[in-house]
Amino acid sequence: MVDGIDGRESAAPVYPMARLNRCPFDPPPELYRMQAEGPASRVRLWDGSIVWLITRYEEQRALASDERISSDSARPGYPHVSEGIKARRLSAPTLLTMDNPDHDALRRMITADFTVKRVESLRPAIQSIVDGLIDSIIVDGSDFDLVSRFALPVPSNVICVFLGAPLEDQGFFQERTRSLIDRASTPAETARASIDLRGYARELLDTKRRMPTGDLTSRLSALVQQERLSEIDAVEIVLSLIVGGHETTANMIALGTLALLQHPEQLAQFRAGTEPQEIAGAAEELLRYLNIPHIGRRRVALADIRLDESVIQAGSGVIFANDIANRDPRAFEHPDDLDISRHAEHHLAFGFGIHQCIGQPLARVELQVAYETLFRRLPGLRLVSSIDEVEFKTDMINYGVWSLSLSWDRGLT
Amino acid sequence: MRISVDQSKCVSSGQCVLRAPEVFDQQDEDGVVFLLDNAPPDSLLPKVRLAEQVCPASVIRVVE
Repeated sequence: MVDGIDGRESAAPVYPMARLNRCPFDPPPELYRMQAEGPASRVRLWDGSIVWLITRYEEQRALASDERISSDSARPGYPHVSEGIKARRLSAPTLLTMDNPDHDALRRMITADFTVKRVESLRPAIQSIVDGLIDSIIVDGSDFDLVSRFALPVPSNVICVFLGAPLEDQGFFQERTRSLIDRASTPAETARASIDLRGYARELLDTKRRMPTGDLTSRLSALVQQERLSEIDAVEIVLSLIVGGHETTANMIALGTLALLQHPEQLAQFRAGTEPQEIAGAAEELLRYLNIPHIGRRRVALADIRLDESVIQAGSGVIFANDIANRDPRAFEHPDDLDISRHAEHHLAFGFGIHQCIGQPLARVELQVAYETLFRRLPGLRLVSSIDEVEFKTDMINYGVWSLSLSWDRGLT
Repeated sequence: MRISVDQSKCVSSGQCVLRAPEVFDQQDEDGVVFLLDNAPPDSLLPKVRLAEQVCPASVIRVVE
């Protein structure tokens, strides 16, 4: 216990830390300080446990690929996010908390639906969802809330189409998801939301068993029928895709729009871009710069791992702070500048290793279509009030804004 | 340049297809990577190197 006796543990700062109010796009200052000192630091969690926080880019990539590191949230030492989220994690195994070989076997049951080709084939449907929402904003006038009118409905509609779920169910799953991602939710609250969503997923799988419609849920139902997949796993997959498939992208759409509006020279460059590669590159840079998951990716060490001058001991909690790793000057030049023309494709916003976000191809297309269409069809798009009045989702496990009042120049359309 | 991929460890992220579509593709049935060209021209080296770097399961090997 090298670290236990030198007093470093008692001085370990509480993680996650608060951001500076005047820098809503930047990670907390404490994380910059830690990263400058070394690749790994000791932090204290909500339950008093002391864990390793990995802050540098290269070390995070290496450890995220290391088989001596486990994602199994049932193991002692796993660094849980909060009491409520711990209760949810322990209630059922999911892809996110499985190690290999189980993880890869289950993941491959659904990866056919996320190939680049398959997702590209959805681009026209995504464009039409986005255009429909912009049409209704245009009809209603020049002031609107970006979150409720656009950022949240875009991915909610897309995930409904993707799963073959009725569009009118979005309110139901948006509300339950909100409770699952709130660090202040109690175990009773996360349990209630999980039970509701599992019931919903089970019902959807049942409907698709009786009447298959060629979507992912119908295929999962068929796999359960053929006894190649357990019903519990099928339900958890549908639940994870609903929860992970709309709120994250919604935050990225709203926060990305705000970031572009706050960087007029970048916005001008974005508007001038006409090539799909330029739009795609801008979306990658916004992913790197903003980091919607801002409480780190959680793991536990299975063996002693030497890192720099420290040893991560077996059984220790390990957290990959992707937000600060994406600002590591060793991996990105001038990392705190938003620069949509830079090459940011190697960012860690979707994580790294076998658990990297399964929905990333879908998220990418949604972001590209949403940003491009929004700024093209609503000329003069701007914030109605100052950024100081914007409320950020500081206590959620996914960062974003609660609402965003925007205005645009009607006369120009 | 010669390229090899370990299909058994591929997690079907599709990142290689996005970065070097001339060289990498995915199987329709499970999204697992396969090579369109295992000895592409050197002009594609930067794209292939980026694909190697962003592969989350580190299954791409490039020998120059």
